[in-house]
This record gives sequence, C-alpha cells and structure tokens, in this order.
Amino acid sequence: MAKSATREAYGLALAEFGEKYDIIVLDADLSKSTKTDTFLKKFPERFFNTGIAEGNMMSTAAGLASCGKIVFASSFAMFAAGRAFEQIRNGICYPKLNVKIGATHAGISVGEDGATHQCLEDIGIMRTIPNMVIINPADKAESILAVEAAIKHDGPVYLRFGRLAVPEIFDRDTYKFEIGKGVELIEGNDVTIIATGLLVPEAMEASEKLKAEGISARVINMATIKPIDREIIEKAAKETGAIVTAEEHNVIGGLGSAVAEVLCELAPVPMLRIGTQDVFGQSGKPAELLEIYGLTADNIVKKAKEAIKLKK
Amino acid sequence: MLDNKKLTELKLTAANVRKHVLTGVHAAASGHPGGSLSIADVVTLLYCEVMNTSPEMAKNPDRDRFVLSKGHCAPALYGILAERGYFPKEDIATLRKTGSYLQGHPDMKGIPGVDMSSGSLGQGISAANGMALAGKIDKRDYRVYTILGDGELEEGQVWEAAMYAAHYNLDNLCAFVDFNGLQIDGDISKVMSPLPIDKKFEAFGWNVIVCDAHDFNALLDAINQAKETKGKPTMIILKSVKGKGVSFMENVASWHGSAPNDEQYEAAIAEIDAEIERIKEGA
Repeated sequence: MAKSATREAYGLALAEFGEKYDIIVLDADLSKSTKTDTFLKKFPERFFNTGIAEGNMMSTAAGLASCGKIVFASSFAMFAAGRAFEQIRNGICYPKLNVKIGATHAGISVGEDGATHQCLEDIGIMRTIPNMVIINPADKAESILAVEAAIKHDGPVYLRFGRLAVPEIFDRDTYKFEIGKGVELIEGNDVTIIATGLLVPEAMEASEKLKAEGISARVINMATIKPIDREIIEKAAKETGAIVTAEEHNVIGGLGSAVAEVLCELAPVPMLRIGTQDVFGQSGKPAELLEIYGLTADNIVKKAKEAIKLKK
Repeated sequence: MLDNKKLTELKLTAANVRKHVLTGVHAAASGHPGGSLSIADVVTLLYCEVMNTSPEMAKNPDRDRFVLSKGHCAPALYGILAERGYFPKEDIATLRKTGSYLQGHPDMKGIPGVDMSSGSLGQGISAANGMALAGKIDKRDYRVYTILGDGELEEGQVWEAAMYAAHYNLDNLCAFVDFNGLQIDGDISKVMSPLPIDKKFEAFGWNVIVCDAHDFNALLDAINQAKETKGKPTMIILKSVKGKGVSFMENVASWHGSAPNDEQYEAAIAEIDAEIERIKEGA
C-alpha cells in the first residue's frame, strides 16, 4: 500500500483548492515542513509568512477573516495549539471567525525532535474551546477531503496532520467525509475499536488479527473529534458491549476522553483507552516510539481482548 | 484646521462620551474609567470626523475599521458608538450586566459597530494588521485604526505585530498609543518601562508622530500626516491624561479599573456638565 504523510496531503489540498476558493494561507517560517510551500509556489500573492511569531499569526488571521477571507494559519501543532492557544480562543473562536488552523507534526511520530515538538495535548486544548471543530484525518484522501470540508464550514476548524508517512487507506473518489460523522470501516459484534489519525490502519490490522482468533471487532474511524459523533458511539456500545479507543495523543483530553463522555451519558459499557499514558515523549525513530508507547495493532489486539473480558 | 463650529461640536460630543463612560462604569459598579477618559477625544474625532463609516455602513466592505486593542476601555468606544447612533444611549446603563449585549470587553458578534472583538492585550494590533492586509489584497482603499495602551506595549505580541506591519508596508494602518503613563500597578516606567516608545517604533520601521491627545486640531493633523505617509504604517503617540475631564481621576492610577460610588459619580457628572456649559458659552 502506498504511503504518504498527511501534511503532504494538506499542502496538495491547499494548492488544489486555491484554484476553486479564495483562500489565504499564513505560515510561521515552517512552510517547507507544513507543506504550505506547495500553495506558496502556485499562489504567492495569497501566501504571507508571519515569521516565527505564532500568536501574531493567529490574531492576523482573525483580522483577515473579519474582512471576509477564508484563512489557513499553519504551524506545528505544538506552536499552533500550544503557544497560540489564547489568540485562537479569544481572537478566532469567540467571534467565530473563518480561520482554519493547519497543525502539522502532531503526536509522538514527529520522532527525533523529541518531547518539545511532540504535541500530545492539542486535541484536549482545542476541544475545550466553544465553536471549535477538530478534525484528525487518517490518510491522504481523508486529509484532502477534510481541507475542503473545512473551507466550506463557516467558522474555526483545527486540522491535525502528521509528519510520518502513513498508509493511503481510502479512495478519494468513493470515500465520503462529513464533519461530525464517524465511519464504520469494519463490521463487528464483540468489541468496537474507535481510532483516529494514524491509529486507524493499526485498528484495521488489529481487527484482522482478532478475526483470526475468532473475535469480531468493529472498527470506526473517528476523524472528527469535535463535534463527536454521539450516535455511532452509542450504537457501537449497545451492539458490541465494549469499546477501545486508539489515538496518538495523551489519553487525557483527546479521543478517549470524548468517547468516554458520550458513553457515560448514553450507554455505559467497559472501555479502555490507548494513547500516551500522561507522559512526555522522547527522541527516537517514529516506528520505535509508536511501539514504546503502545500505539500499535498488537496493543490494540491486547486491549480489545481485555475490554471483552470486562463485559458482564 | 477645524472651524470653530466643528470644534465645538467635537468638544460637546467628547464630553458626552465621557458622561457615557462614567454612567456605564457607575451602573456596572466595575470597569475601566481612567483609560476610557484618556481616549475619549481621539475616538470622538475618529468616529465624527475621520473614519468613513456609519451605522448604515456596518457591513460595507469599503468602510474604515477600528480595533480597540486596549479593549478594557470599551466604555469610551461604546460611548461614541451610542453618540453616533449605532445603538440607544439608554443602553449604556446596561454595561457589563447579565443579559446585556454591552459586554465588559468589545464583542464584534453582539455589539453594533464593533469591528473586532478585543480585550486580551497585544492581540488587537495584530488583528488590525490582518484587516489592513485584507484591504491591500482586495485593493480597497479603506483605512484601519487601532488604539493600544502604553502598558500594553509590554506584551511581546505588540512587537511581533509592529515588525509585521512594517514588513508588509501596511501604510493603510494608523495605530495610536494612549501614552498616559499609568498602568494598573502604577507608573509604567516603574512597572516595566516600554520607553522610549517613539524610538522603538521608529526602529521597527514605522512613521512616528507624537501628539497632544486632547487637542483636536493636533490630532487631526497627525492623522492626516499618517494618511499621506506611503510605504509604512504610522504610530501616533498620544500624550494623554489618564482620567481626563474628571479632576479627581486625573493622573491617578487607581482609577484604571475601579468604578465611582454614587457621590463620586454625581461629582464627576457635575464637573463635565459645567464643562459642557463652558463649551457652549465659548462657542
């Protein structure tokens, strides 16, 4: 299966949709890494580098958006959601302005740069802000479709992309992406794995492995983390009786928390969360780090079996 | 130069803005009268004489725009917006009250005439940059005005924005610093000196003008110089008096963020009413 990083898809999407939509792109001196340079090469008159000043970038984006522009503001997740939190909160989300935050290099798979650049808190931070939509696409096709959905959505959107090349699992022509809708990728009755981002192909692999052992594991791709698809979670809980969430994020505040909130309110069933266990990352090769922090198909298999055992 | 009739009108409007500031803050029993009074004259001039905007133009993409970067001085902005007919003057008394659209800090979604939400210091000037940049991109000739506090200059983002405005040659941006010399904890030069303000902005590539904040002719002259300056943004440093127009509030830091009690409110209003009579007699 072909592989590519979702940040590459972000750049391709901006360049493609720059033809069709009057979008403005801002970047904070990372255009070669965030891949906004793909847009820059094609539409230099609509690209503005803000230099290494993420707070100013977000507030400038707000000003542009107040004049009717659709603005993409890009940086690494750490400096977008982290450093510029308050500019996003007060300047973009409070007035519900049309700013789309393209946050790349999210998660542990940043690799060698280490803990300072491995953002494992951004979903949690962004999820608590009213008016914010959060999308964490799993692959190239979904990333491109998510960028177009973000352009069409009236209001702020946080788009989370990765640095690491990941399997291209969806076909752009047939895959349906809708903000706020989870997608059931594999049917199953014994347990449901709800995954996001690069854990989606891992969840699919885990389901195959479980099948070989006679366990029927449903797989749901939850690209939109806010607003979360309550219906698909409730249905999965009632039909399979156990849930495992898998994400490249701290288990506090991210997908696992969002799913747990829904389960508590609508359909309490046993649930286990895969993600980083409230620890900082470290330098290393992405694949090694994913192994160390348990972000693998094998760990999903293990947790799925545990979750099934917890059923009454 | 403003003729005498116009000058009288401006002085009377500014006096009314000051009364709205006091009425709002007194009714709310909280808010920021000191810095609101120090910018009452400049917001009056902007909305009455300078800016191409009106309640009818509120959604017009060609209108001039205003960002109150020092958003805590919302009572002055609300005062002039009420004077210009954006909303009823009676509503000023609902400032900061539950259910009122007149929020403690400017809210562009709920308050007629507010072009940008603000209140978190350092961010408004960046937003003004974005508006000015949008004007350049769309080849519209509107201008963008923003007022910062002198204490606000301590926020690092102000200097990110200062670099940015000069880098992108935003000559359609005219910023002001309300240089009254006082912030919450006292004298700005003692808390964390942003001085010298003029040389800093010059070094950042701005056209800098120093001006008396309470002299309408000098202010208009400075704003016109800014309009004529091409290729760079302008910073007008307003030498102002915090609490201007209410003798017991003038140059007293503690009036930054406290409301007058009933007695103080009546004394302040009486003082401004007496000033209004003097303006009328002089006219």
